[in-house]
Formats: sequence, structure tokens, C-alpha cells
Amino acid sequence: MLRASLREVSAALKEGHVSPTELCQRCLALIKSTKFLNAYITVVEETALKQAEESEKRYRTGQPLGVLDGIPVAVKDNFSTAGIETTCASEMLKGYIPPYSATVVQKLLDQGAVLLGKTNLDEFAMGSGSTDGVFGPVRNPWSYSRQYKEKLVPKSHPEDEDSNWVITGGSSGGSAAAVSSFTCFAALGSDTGGSTRNPAAHCGVVGLKPTYGLISRHGLIPLVNSMDVPGILTRCVDDAAVVLGSLAGHDPKDSTTVQDSFKPFELPNLTDVSKLSIGIPKEYHAPGLSSEILALWSKAADLFKNAGANVIEVSLPHTRYSIVCYHVLCTAEVASNMARFDGLEYGHRSDMNKSTESMYAATRREGFNDVVRGRILSGNYFLLKQNYENYFVKAQKVRRLIANDFMKVFRSGVDILLTPTTLSDAVPYTEFIKEDNRTRSAQDDILTQAVNMAGLPAISVPTALSERGLPVGLQFIGRSFQEKQLLTVAKWFEKQVKFPMIELEEVKRHDHGVFQHQKSASFS
Amino acid sequence: MRVLSVSRWLRGAVRAPSGGPGSPQVPQPGRREREAAPGGSCPRAEKVTVDVLDHLEHLALVDFRDSEGVERLQKAIQFADQLHEVNTDGVEPMDSVLEDRCLYLREDDVTEGNCTKELLKNAKEKVEEYFVAPPGNIPLPKLEE
Repeated sequence: MLRASLREVSAALKEGHVSPTELCQRCLALIKSTKFLNAYITVVEETALKQAEESEKRYRTGQPLGVLDGIPVAVKDNFSTAGIETTCASEMLKGYIPPYSATVVQKLLDQGAVLLGKTNLDEFAMGSGSTDGVFGPVRNPWSYSRQYKEKLVPKSHPEDEDSNWVITGGSSGGSAAAVSSFTCFAALGSDTGGSTRNPAAHCGVVGLKPTYGLISRHGLIPLVNSMDVPGILTRCVDDAAVVLGSLAGHDPKDSTTVQDSFKPFELPNLTDVSKLSIGIPKEYHAPGLSSEILALWSKAADLFKNAGANVIEVSLPHTRYSIVCYHVLCTAEVASNMARFDGLEYGHRSDMNKSTESMYAATRREGFNDVVRGRILSGNYFLLKQNYENYFVKAQKVRRLIANDFMKVFRSGVDILLTPTTLSDAVPYTEFIKEDNRTRSAQDDILTQAVNMAGLPAISVPTALSERGLPVGLQFIGRSFQEKQLLTVAKWFEKQVKFPMIELEEVKRHDHGVFQHQKSASFS
Repeated sequence: MRVLSVSRWLRGAVRAPSGGPGSPQVPQPGRREREAAPGGSCPRAEKVTVDVLDHLEHLALVDFRDSEGVERLQKAIQFADQLHEVNTDGVEPMDSVLEDRCLYLREDDVTEGNCTKELLKNAKEKVEEYFVAPPGNIPLPKLEE
């Protein structure tokens, strides 16, 4: 039952096959036994059980709040949660307890969702591996799957067994791992340069980045104000639509949310794709793209073509500059956003007391790791008076060119773009840490980043397993605020590829459940 | 004025571009642009002076900790220099993707407040309803090399 989708388990709750408290307890038990994944920073057992009990009362009187009532969810630790420690995986905010909840968290709670805990991430959401937080790296649940283990070359030294584990991708790695290991049915992440889609692809779950301005950022500790969005991680596309439906809409507390009315939707079962035009951007065949993913991308394009859709090659000429542009704009906005952490009103405070400035400097030295400090300094460099025009404004101009590229393509009649999400399947941790954070981010974000520049919606759908037995996802990019169309196409694709379920020992032990899922035929 | 020279940008683990039979639908591999350039060949050989480093440390109030931090900055600048390859004549800078819309501004009325206790909870040093700070107007000492 833990392996069911959100909608399925919601139906089970409604029909009384399982109670919210039982579901909550099972999830909490599974979290305990999968502690080695390090997906959670904080687990709020007591409050979760209390929420589950209240949900149970509502179900008993036949008045559940909605589809999300009683559903265990997890939230990335850069969303503020009232009364629950919010750290952003940083020394700077260790012990910080926000006095308010982020709008999206509040919305989930208002719908009756049961918040299990806060998930691990890269420090302040900077990174592409979920390896740079102060609570340690997150392990990809697929490292422990039967599918991965049976493909491993047996090591001569049994002590090396544990060094094979692969990263989750980042920076919402904890959320992706939580959904992938069945400890929750949906999780919130954030997406600034691909931080939701990247771990979704590596962990074999659905990662949705909504259009900028659709979902409120109030309470999401900001990285890049003009590109951040809350991301949604779920097991299937239908679930993502359900969560989107409960989160989207104008928030008076976030003036960057649009005022257009949003109507939650159910996804139709698309049968005829002949009216669709799918674009394949040629620049996304980036140097370094693995041959496996290239082959899967081809196969996916063929899949659409054989079903009657119009599949054409398109060009987004400024794609290769998007990572450089992002580098400048991100560091500049980070330099500004991180200025609020001075130790005076909240967060870590150094014992240095000689002067205000030295206290601030010491606090920030002690509180931030190298990655964060590096970005702050680079950002400040690009914002210096002598550099402002040449770097910051220049990057803003390039941003417009990138956004225009997308506009041109969509205006020419293309409905959806199909691209890979990552350059390869998940790499082992020992290999990943050989390069520094900035280099890795520059390499890994290349396929996901431009979407944030243009503010478009995008979704990563698990497609197939690689030769090493690890998940690979493909990305669909849609028009602004056309999430319904995007998700409809993604759902059709998901149905065609029949991505296999992860086979984890721990879950089998905990899950003597109502639902049995056998997904046999797979895409690869 | 001492200057720090640009170090060679060490490229990450490079995977060879894939070949292989692909469906005609999927585009051919793009050529790898911008290989690692040694300091001299780059038209704008950025050399960050100690004065600039000092200025940055004061602005940002984070320190470079060691030469590694300085090198990281150099690499970041070199990376960002690729932007100058793009022709942006006549292009307006873009602040936000929502620039075509009129965003919501609420009325200038006080609707919440009186949360002094909650706000003070998170501060380490306070006295009554004040946040306590060390004495100000004392500049940071200069960067020592």
C-alpha cells in the first residue's frame, strides 16, 4: 500500500480500507528503517500522528477535506514551517524555528495532509547532488534496489560494498528520495535551475516545475527571486496534477503570483496525439550526453511520431549560454538574498563582539559553507559598479534572448518540447565529489536551466532504466500557464513507457498491503 | 599594487560526445564550445587585484578564507566572460518573466503585527524588546595577504 499512488491511497482512505493513523505509522516506521538514505533532516512524529488522528475523525464523520486529507507528505527544508526547525541544511539556520508557515505548506495542511518532516538538500539549495548540506549527502534509494545491485560488478573486498551508492541529484534530493523510497506520497521541492527535475530523473519519480508566478513563493527561502518556484515530486503524473491543483493560485502575500484565476483540473486520458506538435531542440544534444539517454530520447521521439504526432527538430540557439547567464544572475541575486543572514535577528550568531561588522563577518564565515560564500563573492563582483553593465545587465539581455528563443518556437506551432533531463544516470558519490560544486552544477544543469530563465513549466517523467539499473527521465517543456496540456502529454507518455517500480527490501518488509503492482513490460 | 594571475581553468571529467545510430529525429551532437583557455589567450584577462578582493570582502562580509576561495572567484569570472560572445545590440535587459503583467500591490494598510514575542524568540541576544548588537561604526580590518 505504501507503493500505491496518491490517488489510490486517497480512495482507500475514503473507503476505509486503511486509516490515516495506520498509514502515518507505516510511513514513519519506513522512514526509521531507511534512515541510511539520509533523506530527512527533521521528522515530526508527534505532530504527524496528531494530524493523522484529526484526519481520521474527519473520515469517520464522512467529511474529509479533500483528496489530500490524511496523505503523508514531506517538505524540503528550505520552506518555512511554523514551529518546526527549518535549516536549509546550513549552520546558519540550525535551530531556527520560523514563526510562520510557507503558503504552500499551509495550503497542504489546510487540505488535511499529514506533514511527516523536512527533507535534506544542498545547503541553501545550491548544488546538483544534494551532497553539500551540513547534514551530509542523501543516498539514492535506487542504490539499494535489486535492479541496481544485480548489475554491479562484484567487488573483491566486501568492505567496498557501501561505496557504490549513487547520488540523488539535487538540490531537492531528500524530497525525491523520500517519494522514491515510499516514505511519503508527495513532496515539495524547489526549482531554480533544475533542482526538482534533476533529482526526479535520478530517483525515478515525477518532478514538476510549474510556470513562474503560478505557485506562491511566500515562505520559500529565496535563492533567485526571479527564477525560484516550488516544485512538486510525486510517483505519477496524475498525482502531480492533484498536488498542483491544491497549491496553485494567486497569493496576496506573494506579489509575483499572477492574478489569473486558476481552476484545478483532472487530466484527460489522451488517446489521439495526431494534433500534437512535438519539438526536439537540437542544442539539447549537449556535449557529454550519454549514448543511452540519446537512444532513449530518440525512442521517445519515435514513439510520438508512430502515434501520429508531428515531431520536428527546432532550434534554441542561445541554449549554450544559458548556464553562463544563470551563473551571473544567480550569484548576483544570491549575494543580495544572503545579505539578510547577519545573526542579529535569527539564526546562528558568532561570539565575536568587537564590532557589528566583525560580528556579521564572523557569523557569516561560520554559518555558510564554501559554496555559498563563493557564490556570494562572485555575485558581489558582478554587481560592482565597474562590472554591472558588462556582467549583470549583459546577462539580463542574454536572458531575454533565451526567453525569446522559446517564444519563437512556441509561436511557430510547436506545443511541447521533448528533451533529456540529465546528461547521464546517477553517478556514484565517490565519483561525484571529485569535482567541485560549481563545475558539477554547470555540467548537470545544462538541460534544465534554460526553462527557469524563461519561466516556463516543465516536467521530468521517469522513462526507463539504464544499463546500470538506474532511472533515466525525459523532460517535457510547455507553454506558460499551460500545465494542463503539458501534464496531459506527460501522462500519455508515462502510460506508454510503463516505468518499472523500484524493488527495495525494506519496503517489502513494511508493506504487506492491499495493492499489488506489477509493472512488467518496460520501455528500454 | 600586487595582482593575482588567472589560473588555468581545470575542466571537469569530460565524457566524449556520443555517436551511435540515432533516429533521424534526434539532432546530431553539438560541437563543444569554449574549451579551457589559458590566461593569455582570453581577450579580457581578468586579474583581480587585492584592492578589489578587499572591497568585495567588505561588501559581502564573507571572507575568502584562503587562496582556494580567490581561485574560485577567478574561475567564476572567466566562466562568466563567455557572455561577451553574444551579440546583444538593441536587446533590452529582462528583469522578470512577468514583465508584461501588472502585478498585485496591496493597499498600504496595517493588517498584521503585534508579534514581538515570536520575532524575539529566534534572536540570540536581546534585552527587553531590543535586539542587541555590538558597537557599530568600527570598520573591518583590511585584508592581510
